[in-house]
Amino acid sequence: MPRYEYSRYLQGRYEVHGRDFVDAGLVSSQIKKSLKDKGIHEDIIRRIAIIAFEAEVNIISYATFGTISYYLLPDSIVFEAIDEGQGIDDIEQALEEGFSTADDSIREMGFGAGMGLSNIKKSSDVFEITSEIGRGTCVKSIIMLNGKE
Amino acid sequence: MTLSEVRDLLEADVVIGGEKLDQEVHTAFGADLMSDVLAFARSGCLLITGLANLQSVRTAYALDIAAIVICRGKALADSFLETAKELGIPILWTPLIMFESCGRLYQAGITGCVREILIEEKTRAKI
Repeated sequence: MPRYEYSRYLQGRYEVHGRDFVDAGLVSSQIKKSLKDKGIHEDIIRRIAIIAFEAEVNIISYATFGTISYYLLPDSIVFEAIDEGQGIDDIEQALEEGFSTADDSIREMGFGAGMGLSNIKKSSDVFEITSEIGRGTCVKSIIMLNGKE
Repeated sequence: MTLSEVRDLLEADVVIGGEKLDQEVHTAFGADLMSDVLAFARSGCLLITGLANLQSVRTAYALDIAAIVICRGKALADSFLETAKELGIPILWTPLIMFESCGRLYQAGITGCVREILIEEKTRAKI
């Protein structure tokens, strides 16, 4: 779906900074609180919270800067994480469970098991990822509300 | 089982969430790796972990986990406790190791929130 078709449904946009390990998970918590206030079904909120958490950890671990945005449409939630960073060389490999290039600072935080991207994919109804080496990565997820509002 | 029964079984201190001790739990997940908790744990379960940082609290919040048991007597930072309080996650603290904590809970009827991880045959064949 082209962005112009859903940009007017923007609900929140958050900045995430590379190597900012202490804040990992903060955006996830903020999005969750905001969706709870809007009365979205708890199963949907949990999936968005997982997607946001994994996306944040990825930006903090591998990028210099990124933005996380989410859009509340009448029938779905669109989630986007766009970063400026090293990019992903082999997306298929990065999506394999257990594949990780995490360093110790990421593992000390409790992450870097190589589950992130596959968990985002698993939690999404529609999942898209594009990446350019030396430029950055863009992850987009769509979660259908299916009347669960 | 209620959180107060969990507390008694694990000789634990309730550090946050004393008002939620009547809450029932039936399942649990034990890990220090939040990547795996986010991928495999289920809502309403008890999380047993030695990772007492902001990420374990936020992970519990993301997944609607009923309560966190901090095992191995790990030190609790103020920022950890404040975040747990703010997000409404009960924290139980025990000097018991993870194995002992899980064993006592299992013996008392708590089961894993998932029994095993489904591995594709082709992946398993490589192992």
